[in-house]
Amino acid sequence: MLTALIAIPALGALLVALLPKGRDELAKRAALVIALAVAVLTVVMAVRFKIGGPRFQFVEQHWWIKQFGVHYAVGVDGIALALIVLSAILVPVVVLASWNDAERSGGVTLPPSGEAGRSQGGEAQRSVKTYFALLLSLEAMMIGVFAATDVFLFYVFFEAMLIPMYFIIGSYGGPQRSYAAVKFLLYSLFGGLLMLAAVIALYVVSAKGGNGTFLFDELTKLHIQPTTAKWLFLGFIIAFAIKAPLVPFHTWLPDAAGQAPAGAAVLLVGVLDKVGTYGMLRFCIELFPGAAKWFTPVVLTLSVIGIVYGAILAIGQVDIKRLIAYTSISHFGFITLGIFAMTTQGQTGATLYMVNHGFSTGALFLVAGFLISRRGSARIDAFGGVRKVAPLLAGTFLIAGLSGLSLPGLSTFVSEFLVLVGTFTRYKVPAIIATSGIILAAVYILWMYQRTMTGPTAESVKGMRDLSKRELVVIAPVLAILVVLGFYPKPALDIINPSVKQSMVRVVQHDPKPAIAEKGTRP
Amino acid sequence: MTTLLADPQLHAQAAQGVQSAAWLLIAFPLAGAAILLLGGRRTDKWGHLLGVAMSLASFVVGVAVFVSMLGQPGTGRSRVVHLYQWVSVGSFKADMNLLIDPLSISFVLLITGVGSLIHIYSIGYMSHDPDRRRFFAYLNLFVAAMLLLVLADNYLSLYVGWEGVGLASYLLIGFWQHKPSAAAAAKKAFIVNRVGDFGLSVAIMLMFATFGSVSFQDVFGHASQASHGTITAIGLLLLLGACGKSAQLPLQSWLLDAMEGPTPVSALIHAATMVTAGVYLVVRSHAIFELSPEARLLVMIVGAATLIAGAIIGCAKDDIKKALAGSTMSQIGYMMLAAGIGKAGYVFAIAHLIAHGFFKAGLFLGAGSIMHGMNDDVDMRKFGGLRKVMPITFATFGLGYLAIIGFPGLSGWWTKDGIIDAAFEKGGTSGQILGWTALIGAGITAYYMSRVMFMTFFGERRWDEDVHPHESPQVMTIPLILLALGSIAAGAFLIAGDRFANFLAPVIGAPQVAHKLITPYTGVVFVLMVAGVAIAYVQYLRRPVPRTAPAGSFPVVAARKDLYGDALNESLLMRPGQWLTRLTVYFDSRTVDGLVNGVAAFVGGTSGRVRRLQTGYVRSYALSMFFGAALIVGALLLVRL
Repeated sequence: MLTALIAIPALGALLVALLPKGRDELAKRAALVIALAVAVLTVVMAVRFKIGGPRFQFVEQHWWIKQFGVHYAVGVDGIALALIVLSAILVPVVVLASWNDAERSGGVTLPPSGEAGRSQGGEAQRSVKTYFALLLSLEAMMIGVFAATDVFLFYVFFEAMLIPMYFIIGSYGGPQRSYAAVKFLLYSLFGGLLMLAAVIALYVVSAKGGNGTFLFDELTKLHIQPTTAKWLFLGFIIAFAIKAPLVPFHTWLPDAAGQAPAGAAVLLVGVLDKVGTYGMLRFCIELFPGAAKWFTPVVLTLSVIGIVYGAILAIGQVDIKRLIAYTSISHFGFITLGIFAMTTQGQTGATLYMVNHGFSTGALFLVAGFLISRRGSARIDAFGGVRKVAPLLAGTFLIAGLSGLSLPGLSTFVSEFLVLVGTFTRYKVPAIIATSGIILAAVYILWMYQRTMTGPTAESVKGMRDLSKRELVVIAPVLAILVVLGFYPKPALDIINPSVKQSMVRVVQHDPKPAIAEKGTRP
Repeated sequence: MTTLLADPQLHAQAAQGVQSAAWLLIAFPLAGAAILLLGGRRTDKWGHLLGVAMSLASFVVGVAVFVSMLGQPGTGRSRVVHLYQWVSVGSFKADMNLLIDPLSISFVLLITGVGSLIHIYSIGYMSHDPDRRRFFAYLNLFVAAMLLLVLADNYLSLYVGWEGVGLASYLLIGFWQHKPSAAAAAKKAFIVNRVGDFGLSVAIMLMFATFGSVSFQDVFGHASQASHGTITAIGLLLLLGACGKSAQLPLQSWLLDAMEGPTPVSALIHAATMVTAGVYLVVRSHAIFELSPEARLLVMIVGAATLIAGAIIGCAKDDIKKALAGSTMSQIGYMMLAAGIGKAGYVFAIAHLIAHGFFKAGLFLGAGSIMHGMNDDVDMRKFGGLRKVMPITFATFGLGYLAIIGFPGLSGWWTKDGIIDAAFEKGGTSGQILGWTALIGAGITAYYMSRVMFMTFFGERRWDEDVHPHESPQVMTIPLILLALGSIAAGAFLIAGDRFANFLAPVIGAPQVAHKLITPYTGVVFVLMVAGVAIAYVQYLRRPVPRTAPAGSFPVVAARKDLYGDALNESLLMRPGQWLTRLTVYFDSRTVDGLVNGVAAFVGGTSGRVRRLQTGYVRSYALSMFFGAALIVGALLLVRL
């Protein structure tokens, strides 16, 4: 099942890439059909996932490189499953959203006289089918990275993911795309390098104790020297902290997300970056529980700094996409906070946060993309009074924005509150500082909305089209998911929660007891 | 959907019969909002009718639930309607349940009753607005959220309603978004409210950390086992939340700006219902406040300070809506003060809240009716002599006016005197201070309300030339008349014979002593009221009212500027915040990113290489790929060594 989920988009990517030139429309349709098929399959898998069953399900395991003990091993627990569902739903949305984006730079039609436009080569030369092939190959790798239960396989997907994203940003991005793409690549490679070292060292440690292996389940049973564990933990967490990104490893994200076409930015911030937080939860904590505990104060401090610092930076941005990228840095702070709070609520909340944030930021980037493509500028001050001419566009932007500020009733609230309450039971001060993020979030979202959507309609905005049918079809399901999970998060929580509990049992963590221990009348 | 919860341990029994259909209370207006928002322009024709129908339907359900509650004995009146499990992670549980008890049903009737009247009024008031359907959608959304707020049986669900009404308020203040002032006011309201919500959030977390639960029942049931410090902290955090929502000092500044919204919104949300949610929160959490005299004292101080500040602001405003908004702040200050007094005050806090709901909604709608006839002008200096041309508006506004200044026999007299009396009864120096504050506040209330009354309806006509005032249509005047009836009778109905006190007793405890109608202070209040009216009479009726406001002395100017609330926010929060933002952005781009770019440049050899990396040619991609690959290989070699 999982192999099929990886193979279908991979083969699909190949198919789309091999289509004859000039059949752009066909390439788009093929990509959409493939992405939808994967989404349907994933949902089927989620339904068939047995809650309360064994932790990893849909397991497959084959030898890959026997000499080094490398397996092709895949399987999902609730945490991985939730993220795979997120990826599989977002890809078709992005494919449909980017329908006309590949031809343009960063989804923006540049003025023909623009120096940047000319120096970067003719706009017409961009290959449409390659863009969609890259999206599909990215999907294969995203599913692979969450499904991998062999650390080496995980590493391979982790690094390979960079390649399609690098080309998408570098070839289809905005005017500063090369700088952004290279920065993205160098940062990630640097992190990947440290992780590779740690992965190999992990193999060496396991080889000393008998059979060398990369299998996750067996690695968790290893007894690693505390000092070694700390070094290995560092190797992993720096890679993940760059990917996620945690302050101070964050500066690549605004550039990459700001320059990427809107659809790719959705996948970059919505899914790719989640590999970082997912890795922390899965590998850093479960493989090195002692080291994780030792480093917790550091991570919590960086998380809290990230929440406040990212939010303040977001308030100060003048570019819509960069603003959204900075809000994500703030949100990633919440996720890492929840993970390292080491409580059921914190970690379940953090996992749900990853999913919700994918949809919420995805929605924001998508609507921002629609907006930017109409105006040809991403600057906030290029807009004003859009609501008057394009009420649907403004309405969807507002709902997406409200999910960004975690309004109760939208799913982001559930996850954010779980993270905060889960953190509070163990670390009061960090949780309280983090809670101040809800005020800052209101400032950056509503101020952006005020400047772009309200007030007298700007001259340059007059005559702006409202959402087209295609755009409505793109954004509606994402918003619907946000609302439904906001009032009824049970399906997601039921999948995530047991896995978090199993993982906490494995690393011997318990929730703190309430201050009043005796509880007589709790129903 | 309504699986009944039959747990003998629950002190509130599962609801039965008509009460188990209480979810319809919220479902009706929520469905209305959803249909109108999703249906878009297709629903323009009948959207307002659907909005009114949904609100009325909710009111009918509310009455049915209320009637069936009256059929129960006093102790069996708390019922829970279990809807569904909302969040359940580990020991953290929050369900979507509805708690129906005398306190919540009082609010339900107020919200849906006054809410329906304001819906009806809005048909006329918004008849020329092309976006009337959207207006009704937001109003329905507000009613649904407000009902969730008062019906929730745990703090997290309450929080959903709490922020939900904040959203509705945001949308409605900014309803005329093309006006930059409206958009800015909406944002300000939301952000200031979020400061309060920060307090409420942390309070909920602290409850969970302390009691392992966020449901009212568990928290209140175990409150006495928690340490005094914890309880005080929870109380103060709840108070912060209440201050935000109820526009109490120091989070009051948003309410005056909120008058940018259409007038029915000011009546419903920013006078009758939403802004009183803070009072509800304090009274609902009485089990916590009763355990912490410190927290209660602060509630009283906040209430007393706001009641004076609001009254002073109300004296200096020429904008009729802003004068009424200052008055709202002040009246909620009374309610807060009463809620902080404790057992003796709760009944009067809620009774004053309900009476205020009637007369303040009536006053605001009356103001709307005046604006309707005056080309949407709000400047009272351009009014005058309107009683002849708008007789119904004048009569209803006048009754609301008499009610709010505490004219003997009308609503405000019953409830406000009760609060003043309770403050003095509290005893001690603090009781004297609070009591006299409330007394003086009553005098100022009489002054500023008389000022509004005289400037608007009496004296010479100072209208603009192109203004032709006229009485509003019946769809607007009938709600005015009904609200005026409430202004007359609500106080006597609730307070006489301790009817309301006995009704609320199962929730907040029975009154220790029967309420005395005439107290030593009744006379003082009356004298102060007459004095207030007399001063206003001399200033605004005996002398001509200039069309432009005179310069005024320092106190007058201060009051006009909302006692420098905005200036304070600006200099303490906004400007430093802007500087901090600029500094942070600079720091991030120059220091963090600059450092990284510097390192990159160093690794690459020269900074020129980085610039060349940006050229966008394929060979530079290839170069960077090669560079990355080389790094990996190098690292592999390093590790193998």
